Amino acid sequence: MSSTNLRYVSRKRTVREDKRFVTGKGKFVQDVALPGTLHVAVVQSPYPKAKILSIDASEALAMEGVHAVLTGDEIAAHCDPIRFGLKLPEVKWYPLAVGQARYAGEWVCAVVADSPYIAEDAAELVDVDYEPLEPVIDPEEAFEETERLVHPGNGSNVLYHGHFHWGTVDEDFAAADETLKFRVRWGRSSTVPIETFGALARWDEGTEILDIWASIQMPNFVELLSSTLRIPLNSTRLNQDVDVGGSYGVKRGIKHAVLVGYLARKLKRPVRLIEDRLVNMTSGDAHGPDRIFDTEVAFNKDGEIRSLKIRALDDAGAYPGRAPFQLAKPISAIVGPYTINSVKYEAISVVTNKTGQVPVRGFGQSPTNYMIESAVEKVAAHLGMDRIEVRRRNLIPADAFPYQIPAGSKYDSGDYQTVLQKALDAADYDNLVKRRDAARAEGRLAGIGIATCLEPGGGNNIFEYLMNPSAEITTFSEGAELRVDPDGLITGVVGTTTSGQGHETLVATIIGEELEMDPDEIRVVHADSLNSPITRSPVASRMAIMLGSSTAAAAQKVKAKVMAIAAHNLGKAVEELEYSEGTVFERGDPANKLGWQEICFIAHKAYHKMPEGMEPGLQAQHVFQVPGGGQLPDEHQRVQIYPCFSFQAHVPYVEIDPKTGHVSVLDYVIGHDCGTQINPDIVRGMVIGGLAHGIGAALYEKFQYRPDGQFLSATFADYLMPSVYEIPMVKDVEHCTPSPLTSHGQKGSGEGGYLGAPAAIASAVNDALAPLGHCIDELPMRSHLIESLINHGNPNA
Amino acid sequence: MKPAPFDYARPATIDEAVALLDDDSIVIAGGQTLVPMLAMRMARPDRVVDINNIPELAGITDTGTEIVIGAATRQVDVLNSGLVAEKLPLLRKAISFVGHTQTRNRGTVGGSLAHADPAAEIPLASLAMDAEVTLKGAGGERRIGVDEFLVGPMMTAREPDELLVSLHYGLASGTRVGTGFHEMSERHGDFAMVAAAARLELDAGGACTQAALALGGVDARAVRIPALEAMLTGQAVDAALIQRAAQEIPRAIDPGDDQHASADYRRRVAVALGERALTDALEDAKGTAA
Amino acid sequence: MSSLEITVSVNGNSYTETVEPRVTLVDFLRDKLALTGTHIGCEHGVCGACSVLLDGVPIRSCLMLAVQADGRAVTTVEGLTQEDGTPGLLQDAFRDAHAMQCGYCIPGMLIASEALLRENTDPTLDDIREAIGGNICRCTGYVQIIEAIQLAAERLREAGR
Repeated sequence: MSSTNLRYVSRKRTVREDKRFVTGKGKFVQDVALPGTLHVAVVQSPYPKAKILSIDASEALAMEGVHAVLTGDEIAAHCDPIRFGLKLPEVKWYPLAVGQARYAGEWVCAVVADSPYIAEDAAELVDVDYEPLEPVIDPEEAFEETERLVHPGNGSNVLYHGHFHWGTVDEDFAAADETLKFRVRWGRSSTVPIETFGALARWDEGTEILDIWASIQMPNFVELLSSTLRIPLNSTRLNQDVDVGGSYGVKRGIKHAVLVGYLARKLKRPVRLIEDRLVNMTSGDAHGPDRIFDTEVAFNKDGEIRSLKIRALDDAGAYPGRAPFQLAKPISAIVGPYTINSVKYEAISVVTNKTGQVPVRGFGQSPTNYMIESAVEKVAAHLGMDRIEVRRRNLIPADAFPYQIPAGSKYDSGDYQTVLQKALDAADYDNLVKRRDAARAEGRLAGIGIATCLEPGGGNNIFEYLMNPSAEITTFSEGAELRVDPDGLITGVVGTTTSGQGHETLVATIIGEELEMDPDEIRVVHADSLNSPITRSPVASRMAIMLGSSTAAAAQKVKAKVMAIAAHNLGKAVEELEYSEGTVFERGDPANKLGWQEICFIAHKAYHKMPEGMEPGLQAQHVFQVPGGGQLPDEHQRVQIYPCFSFQAHVPYVEIDPKTGHVSVLDYVIGHDCGTQINPDIVRGMVIGGLAHGIGAALYEKFQYRPDGQFLSATFADYLMPSVYEIPMVKDVEHCTPSPLTSHGQKGSGEGGYLGAPAAIASAVNDALAPLGHCIDELPMRSHLIESLINHGNPNA
Repeated sequence: MKPAPFDYARPATIDEAVALLDDDSIVIAGGQTLVPMLAMRMARPDRVVDINNIPELAGITDTGTEIVIGAATRQVDVLNSGLVAEKLPLLRKAISFVGHTQTRNRGTVGGSLAHADPAAEIPLASLAMDAEVTLKGAGGERRIGVDEFLVGPMMTAREPDELLVSLHYGLASGTRVGTGFHEMSERHGDFAMVAAAARLELDAGGACTQAALALGGVDARAVRIPALEAMLTGQAVDAALIQRAAQEIPRAIDPGDDQHASADYRRRVAVALGERALTDALEDAKGTAA
Repeated sequence: MSSLEITVSVNGNSYTETVEPRVTLVDFLRDKLALTGTHIGCEHGVCGACSVLLDGVPIRSCLMLAVQADGRAVTTVEGLTQEDGTPGLLQDAFRDAHAMQCGYCIPGMLIASEALLRENTDPTLDDIREAIGGNICRCTGYVQIIEAIQLAAERLREAGR
């Protein structure tokens, strides 16, 4: 699709959501004020593992302004455990610890009071008697452990252990010139939005509906909430007209929502729980993947990579959340952008006595990309070949699309060589090499990073089936509704919250494009869950793909009806008519026309002018199913998970202080291809923002636990997110290879630069260390690790 | 993260403030460290005594023999002071590393010193500059050196009924004075893992008449390195001597391990930053003469 | 623990309210005055989301007690609009540069930028970094925010301010 034919799509246009944010009029969950609202503070376990012997809340309950103290036993008596997708009946997840606390900071009681201040006062007075038990903290120990079990009834600490085998791995290894084994480790970090998670619930006694406002970004949220609370799905209403203050995957406070939902119904008052930062960090169950990869790669002397054997061990924390599935989604791009012929993949998810894991931007893809890129770098280093040359030799050629990888995905489209070249050109690569070499000549440590990575987008649930064959879920759809009112004004209805992706702008732009109307005149609303079109929520870089395509289809349905009404009234066949900016006219006689206002009037008010049998009104809904995603895996476990594959080529430049190990990211170029950009400013923002997040994961961010299980990263002085000083003025070079599967050729971009930046920064740091003969294979690459490596030959000296 | 209840008093004079101080009260100046401690309930005073409305506690004065800085003087005002830039360049360099614009707009020099974080920049620079403090209590006023004032992590020689009133910085005797300040933190503006403040005075012939090196983040409080200082004093300091003298640093400090870095890392970085701070101070001193 | 009566000017309006001494300025603004544009991010002074101007100077409102604002003038993000409530010059520049995504840190960013541009309408990149260095944005990677501040500065210079 050529952007020259487009009116609004791909044009620089103001993002409509921005106005309310700059004027302080955004409406976040903390801003929703219901009269009589009560506030929750939580009592937390000081031990990583402890039996709860008794709870005495009498002193807290005696305080003025305190309304209730809720325990795990009470909630377990009235609610079901929160489902998490695997069939492990003895792994029970409740909002509050039941019988035993399983990590330091786990919620043991919820105290409800007139204000957050009083709730915290009272929480201090709850007397919990614990019997500390020996925790298991290290995931490799947890895997082997038979005694220290996080969930004893489960019989082991293993949540999932699976083997996948795609193609002729053994043959390819036997035939390859060389093989290499290596281990890389992805540290426990997360997205850590600046808004913590919050939820507010109100039970309406009159309608018997539970209303929830939450800073949520989660498929199945309402289904999970209603089933856990044993309230019918059609009596549970998520209000989605709240702005979500950042998510990037993690805003999934299902346990928070269960808690306030239960309390609101019990106390017959609105109840809210807004995490403070300490609760968010220690016990929001919002940590990300924490993963060890042991990989073997088979390759030829000319740099051709033939096969991979991957073992991934992931530390889910105490409660699985969606953790195991973050090992499954990367199957959709398990060979990255390369023509690797075969793969063995062993995936293991274990529980430990740490806070739980949620989906983080990319759903496991960024750690996997880091591992794949590490393999490429190591092959190049081993062969003494240029890293770019090795990539060029292995990148899937532009004429090979659609390209099916051994694990089953058909990549929709791409031109990887061109995007890589564009990035190198924008980085002025030859001069960048000179700059690096000049720095080295002056005794500084300098390095250039290279990473070429994929961003699978569009979403699907089918990875769940790979790990739990009873989950025969092949539908992953997104609906949009378009209404034209009697005044001819257009409203788009979406079924989700937004957390910064600009869905209102997306929908207005696409409706405007399809109906040739000014997007600024189009209203877009977020319907509540009882009124909304079908949605699977904005996960998996999918809204441009899925909501964009469903919106375009709904607009086309409206347009078809407009044409039919016009044809009837103009006495012509639809084929004889033209549509232009809402007016329909006869191609051979443009004076014979019907205007938009008249058509809308007819549709709503003049039934006698409607074609016989046509429904009154002018609205349409369309539900778009994920392209290619409606099948179960074949007998070789091959399956199309995500439909669209965006590509990114990263070229950062870093220097390292050899005495302190401190890394400075001085320049950064990214080449990026997500097909057609609906709004270029939004795409650029997510690409660069994701990239900054990736720099954080590569260099700074880590949730640290002491060996005894105590948590060390509860504050922003300990969990270090990049400030403006740590991020250079990134240059983003866009390229467009449209997807054949979507309405305008768009692909996903929300996970953005995060999917490649950690790999790229690791590449740059290791390039800087290469003259010393060193290589670091763990993230984050904190200064002290690098300094130890430089000056003492190992990162832990 | 909501503070436990407390009473609040806003005295208008130093004497009124002193009368309100006891074991169960705590002084709030800029509040940049205290308010988070209140919010986390790590500090639980019965009474918070707000000294922001005592005019005599704020201001920078040149007495001719020393610069006196009121304890409640904002860090931003010290940073922007022409007098400080000219006469106390090391303090200015140190404050440029303290937090961010918004915290410096409220944070005070006295607050930072009284909090006595072992990694904080203001106690460190003040120690390198042989500063003194005036404390006032019910029993009267006393003046002690920063070295005596700093006791340990978040511990000082201030009695519970005493108020830190002012900081005193002596003026350099010679003209060839140089200073240097370096710190290591993962991100700009964070608490230092290691920080180094150096000050060198040279005579007309280029020999060092006075040397000071203070290190932060490497012990229970900011520390001077006397053995190193002795090696430099009286000598024609050059890069080789600095490097040799810096080998005294590991023996003089006792850093701890934490989640940000190991004790060994801090020891090694202390040597590197100590050298850098001294090198800068040397070049600065030579430049002053030029 | 007795409550106190305080009078604070916020965005040019005077408010007299009774507050507990332990209430922070940000809670006072949000809960007592319903000025929810100022956001809570960390409550320990690191993220900058709660930044406001106190007598024209940017500070963190989570690190100040409401009682300490007695007799002082506070400006919040709501106070940066034009008189009719439409976006001011800086706010428009942030829109035009799409200097945000989720919008949560933006009130603090705007306050920090406003303070910078009041002093300096031709800031260098380093000046901008210094001004917003204490404000964490998790969405943008800062590049579009820097561009927005540069755009606002350019417009201020063109307007001769």
